[in-house]
Amino acid sequence: MKRQIPLILCFLFGIVMIFTQFSPHPISKSMYERVISGALIIGPFALVLATITLIQTHVNRIQRRTEHWGYSYVVFAGLITMVAIGVPFGPENPVFVWLYTNVQVPMDATMFSLLAFFIASAAYRAFRARSMEATLLLVTALIVMLGNVPVGDLMWNKIMSWTGLSFFGIENKASAARGWILDNPNLSARRGIILGVSLGVISQSIRIILGIERSYLGGGD
Amino acid sequence: MKHNKICLWIAVCTALFLWLSVGYCQVPTAPSNVVAKDTPNDDGLSITVTWDVPPEGSGIVGYNILSSMDGSEFNKLGEQLSLEDVIDQKTNICKYVDTSISRVNAYAYIIQAVTETGETTDSQSTATVSASAQVFHTGKIPLFLAMLLFSVAIVGNIYYAKSGKDVFVRRIPGLEAVDEAIGRATEMGRSILYVLGLGGVSNVATIASMTILGQVARRTADYETPLRVPCNDPIVLNVVREMVKTSYLDEGRPDAYSEDNIFFLTESQFAYAAGVDGMMLREKPAAIFLQGTFYAESLILAETGNSIGAIQIAGTDKEAQLPFFIAACDYTLIGEELYAASAYLSREPMLLGSLRGQDWGKLFIFGLIVIGVILELSGINWITTLLENVR
Repeated sequence: MKRQIPLILCFLFGIVMIFTQFSPHPISKSMYERVISGALIIGPFALVLATITLIQTHVNRIQRRTEHWGYSYVVFAGLITMVAIGVPFGPENPVFVWLYTNVQVPMDATMFSLLAFFIASAAYRAFRARSMEATLLLVTALIVMLGNVPVGDLMWNKIMSWTGLSFFGIENKASAARGWILDNPNLSARRGIILGVSLGVISQSIRIILGIERSYLGGGD
Repeated sequence: MKHNKICLWIAVCTALFLWLSVGYCQVPTAPSNVVAKDTPNDDGLSITVTWDVPPEGSGIVGYNILSSMDGSEFNKLGEQLSLEDVIDQKTNICKYVDTSISRVNAYAYIIQAVTETGETTDSQSTATVSASAQVFHTGKIPLFLAMLLFSVAIVGNIYYAKSGKDVFVRRIPGLEAVDEAIGRATEMGRSILYVLGLGGVSNVATIASMTILGQVARRTADYETPLRVPCNDPIVLNVVREMVKTSYLDEGRPDAYSEDNIFFLTESQFAYAAGVDGMMLREKPAAIFLQGTFYAESLILAETGNSIGAIQIAGTDKEAQLPFFIAACDYTLIGEELYAASAYLSREPMLLGSLRGQDWGKLFIFGLIVIGVILELSGINWITTLLENVR
C-alpha cells in the first residue's frame, strides 16, 4: 500500500501533464501551473533537511578530527554570516550583496577558470596519435582550433602563398573548414545523440508513468 | 496683352498647385478582404485580423487598428503599425493579433490605412467575432500521433518480453564495468564515490542516475564497500537516502547502511565541483560514478578523478559534455545508454522490453530520415512541410 498510492498518483499526474502539453485551454494551463507550483513548495522543506545534514556532516568532521577538519569552521562561519545578514535584512541588503559579489562570485570564477587547465590536460591525452581514430581526432581538432582564431586564416593564407599551391585557392580556408566540420559531421553526430537521448527520456518516462520503473520510490510494499 | 499674360500665369500656377495637391495628398485605397476570426489553437484570449497587402505605389506606410466591443463605438488600439509590423512574409498577407480581448465579448474591427502625409482611409467593418479556447492544439497532431505510436511500440514490447520471449540487448561496456569498479574498490579497501550531477528530481537523467545508484548500492551492500553520495539538490538527497537504504534492506544488510555517507553539499555549481574535488583528493575513492546532468563542471570532476587513478564510469544526457567524459573517464554511457542502465543492470524482462521498443522508435526515425532525404532530392517536400508545421 505504501507503494500503491505514489504509483497511482504518478500515473494520474503523468497522464494529466502529458495532456497539458497538447492543450492550450486555460484549464489545462492553470492545472500545469498549479502542479509546478506544488512541486516548488516541496523545495523549501527539503532545503531545511539538507541544511540539517550539512550541519551534521561538519559537526561530525570536527568531532572526529578528520583530515582538514578546520575547514568545517569556515563552512559554519560562512553559513552563519549569510543567514544572519540575509534573513533579517533581505537579499537586497548592501552587505549581503557585497559578500555575494566579492566572495562567492570570485570563488566561482576561480573554479571555472581551472577548466582551462583541465581542458589542456584532457586534450593532451585525447589527441595523442596512437591509433587511426586518435590521429583523425587530432587533425580535426587542429583544423577547428585554427579556424577559431584569426591567426589561423592568416597562417593558411601565408602557407598557401609560400608554397604556391594556388589551386587550393580561396583565402581564409581555415575558418571555412572549421565551419564545415562543425556544421556537417559534428552536427550530424550531435543530432544522432540528441535523438537517442530523447527516445530514452520518453521510454523512461513511460516506464515511470506505467509503474514499471519504480526503483526511485524507495522501499516498502 | 499684359492682363492676358497675368491670367495665363495664374491659370498655369493654379493647375500646377491642384495637380501637386492631388498627387501629394493622395487618399489611400481602403484595405481589402479584412477578416477577423478567433485565433486557432489558443487559450481564447486573442482574435486575428487579416487583410490584403497594399499594392505597389499605394502610398500606404502604416495602419491603425480600430475595434468595437459588443457594438459600441470604434476605438483605436495602441500605436500606428508600420507595414513591416503587419506583413507576414510567409503567407504574404497583413495580420494583426489582438490580445486585449476577453472571452465573453464580441468584437468587430476596422483597418485604417495611413499615408505618409497622414491621410487615412477606413476599411469596411468586419463581422463581429468572439474568441473561444481550444481543448486540443491541432498543430500538434503529428507530435501526438508520434508519441502514441512510440508508446504503443514500448508497451507492446514490454508485453512481448513479459511473455517470456528472449530479448537481445547489445553489450554496453560502461555498464559491464560496474561490477569491475565495485570489485576494485572492495579489493583496495577504498570507498566508491557516486556523483548525481546538478539535475533536480524532475530531471529524467537524474531519475535514471538514481536507478543506477540503486543497483550499485545493492552490490556495495553485499561487499560492505563504503558508498559516498554528495548531493547538489535537497529533494534528490532525500530520495537518494531512501533508495540506498532500501537497497541495503533488500540485500539484508541494514547494518551496513550509513546515512552520513549520503549528504548535501551545496546548490552552487562550482562550489559543488570544489567540494567533490576535495573529497576525491582527500578520500581517494577507487571508483567514481559520474551519472546524471552535468554542465561546465564535468571536466573539472572527471580530470580530478583521473588524476587520483580512480576507475571512472560516466554518463550524461548533455551531449556537449560527452567529449570531456570520453577524454577523461574509463567508460562513458553515451546518449540513451544512460536510460538503458536500469534495465541492463537489473535484467528485468519488462524493462528490457522497453529497450526493444526504444530501438523500434530509432528505426522508425531512421527510416523517416532516409525517406525524407529521397523525397527532398526528388523535389517532393511534404515531409519537410509537415515537420515545419508542427508547433
